[in-house]
Amino acid sequence: MMQSDIYNVNVGPIHPSTHGGLHAEAVMDGEIIQDVIVHLGYVHRSVEKIAESKTYQQFVPYTARLDYLATNLPVLGYCQAVEKLLGIEVPERAEYIRIIMAELSRIASHQIAISATGIDLGATTGLMYGMRDRERIMNIFEMTGGQRLLSSYIRIGGVGADIPDEFIPAVQSFVNDIPKMMDEYNGLMTGNEIWEARMKGVGILSKEDAVKYGVTGPNLRASGIAYDIRKAEPYGIYDRFDFDIPARSGGDSLDRWNIRIEELGESGRIIQQALDNLPEGEVKAKIPKVLKAEAGTEVYHRIESAKGELGYYIVSDGGNKPYRLHVRAPSFINLMVLPLVCRGGVFQDLITNIATLDPILGESDR
Amino acid sequence: MEHLFTNLATALTGWMITLGLSPVWADVILLLVKWIIIITIITLNIIILIWLERKVSAFFQERLGPNRLGPFGIFQTIADAIKLLTKEDIVPSAADKLIFKTAPMFFIVVAVMLYTVIPMGQGMEVINLNIGLLFFISMGSLSTIALLMAGWGSDNKWSLMGAVRSVAQMISYEIPLAFSLLGVVMISGSLNLQDIVAAQDNIWFVILQPIAFLTYFIAATAELNRGPFDMPEAEQELTGGAYTEYTGMRWALFFLAEYTNLVAVSALMATVFLGGWQGPWLPSWLWIIIKTYGVILVFFWVKWTFPRIRMDHLMSFSWKVLVPVSLGNILLTGAGIYFCQWMGWC
Repeated sequence: MMQSDIYNVNVGPIHPSTHGGLHAEAVMDGEIIQDVIVHLGYVHRSVEKIAESKTYQQFVPYTARLDYLATNLPVLGYCQAVEKLLGIEVPERAEYIRIIMAELSRIASHQIAISATGIDLGATTGLMYGMRDRERIMNIFEMTGGQRLLSSYIRIGGVGADIPDEFIPAVQSFVNDIPKMMDEYNGLMTGNEIWEARMKGVGILSKEDAVKYGVTGPNLRASGIAYDIRKAEPYGIYDRFDFDIPARSGGDSLDRWNIRIEELGESGRIIQQALDNLPEGEVKAKIPKVLKAEAGTEVYHRIESAKGELGYYIVSDGGNKPYRLHVRAPSFINLMVLPLVCRGGVFQDLITNIATLDPILGESDR
Repeated sequence: MEHLFTNLATALTGWMITLGLSPVWADVILLLVKWIIIITIITLNIIILIWLERKVSAFFQERLGPNRLGPFGIFQTIADAIKLLTKEDIVPSAADKLIFKTAPMFFIVVAVMLYTVIPMGQGMEVINLNIGLLFFISMGSLSTIALLMAGWGSDNKWSLMGAVRSVAQMISYEIPLAFSLLGVVMISGSLNLQDIVAAQDNIWFVILQPIAFLTYFIAATAELNRGPFDMPEAEQELTGGAYTEYTGMRWALFFLAEYTNLVAVSALMATVFLGGWQGPWLPSWLWIIIKTYGVILVFFWVKWTFPRIRMDHLMSFSWKVLVPVSLGNILLTGAGIYFCQWMGWC
């Protein structure tokens, strides 16, 4: 076996395929990766510290910037955590609208994952297909919150305002088209020989390792554990919906990719049921202008974000601001397996693995 | 129309002789004129080609593509060229300056040289070389050196990785490329490209040599560093490979040369497999343009559909599939020719 010098290459933080500022230092022998050192913190904005100086309501827009690709999910998690802390009841209609927005965000996030995997593997057209479909979700978000990417439409106690008239037809036509979209992604990318060769058996994450590292979300389900907080510990009104948890057993990149495409369909099913059962009524609970929790109370609330288990831990000292807020960010924990899955692969596998692990740096660096 | 350009050339030579120049000098000047025309055509053609690629890719991806400057955005490329010319020319302080600066020039010169032998119509070529095909293949392989120079001279890890990849890739794919053309040479009995065109009077070689055609197409895609074999560039992995450190016009020269190579390889494909300039009704020089652009569009189509292949798969595909298949094709062609002669058909 020919031996060459070991050299380090800095992949990122400014690099086309690092999904917004990941700095991975690859230790390489020729084209073979010996190790990967993940340096986090390039987009650190001290979100948790900011929370301590903002009132509960003021902090809502900051949470949207954690996972900016699935904007409603981190907001939903935070609002539900505060509601749990203060014992606020959310009106029925708001709960349903929240479900629709959350699942649309999940689809938007998965479509970015699909597009980004496409461009990272060189299938440029795949990027455009995903982006084209995601644009429709952005238009729907604009209808509700007035903003496309970071709408902060979900508020403590409900949602910002009632949905406009054009909302339901737009969502309905989007949901109807989801199977067609899945066919297109599969037709362009999944069935391709080169695509399969690039992904199959690449970056295998075993069931045991996934559990040991605390991996959650689609990455865990690709490794063979059908664990989803929407089923395991339903929050909001998720227990009223009928949907499946897609799971695979290989734990390689192709499984992680396929899981995300399948989840588009499951999210579509949930949205359809929510649209069918959407009740009339109020969309926001009557809450006081100044929210204060009792001193010494604390709460941990977790939701199934597009990337995995997103948890908020809030401690109150009786003031109108949290004493301490901690975010359990799924991307941060999922990224820890990057060196594990990359070792022994070639350099191009590192890019594949980053793409299919689908981290979002706004959340992992906070 | 058919003899428009050849008549022009004869008239030019005749005029120069009436001015009192000796025939030798008239020939030299004519050669110079041919080169200037070729370089002009390459440059103008690339403006259209880049615009076309952007429009075609936009069509595949359901976008609009360039649409601001001029009708259908046709002047976009010119605006880009002006931008590139006015950009700062950065030479990294750690670079090997001589090699760094000569690499793009070397690349474009080698690419332009390819046009020497391509028959652009009946009796239309710069030099009618009797080893034209061999010249084309040898010139094509020289571009590897330019990429290696760029990668080494930049003193950048990405550049070097891209350069090493390109050397490995090009050496591996030159062999099936040359082997696939060998079948055609065996049938036509000549390395002269005009003779090869003439041999396709009755039937195109794409019908006689379908395996060679496919092998050539795949190997040529790899030779051109185009997707799905654009490993040396690989902007998603190597951030631009050998071109990482290049800016402004130096980078544009690489870009220019890649498109120049694309046209040359497509023109050779049209010449060798698709009957060259032969065709009914239209003049011969128009036929070769039509055929070349047809091949180019297929290259575009492939690039904008497939994901990038992995380096080790790329190498094993060449050595384990393409080389044996092209060798088998040579064997098959030999057997076919022997059978044909034995039966007395040819």
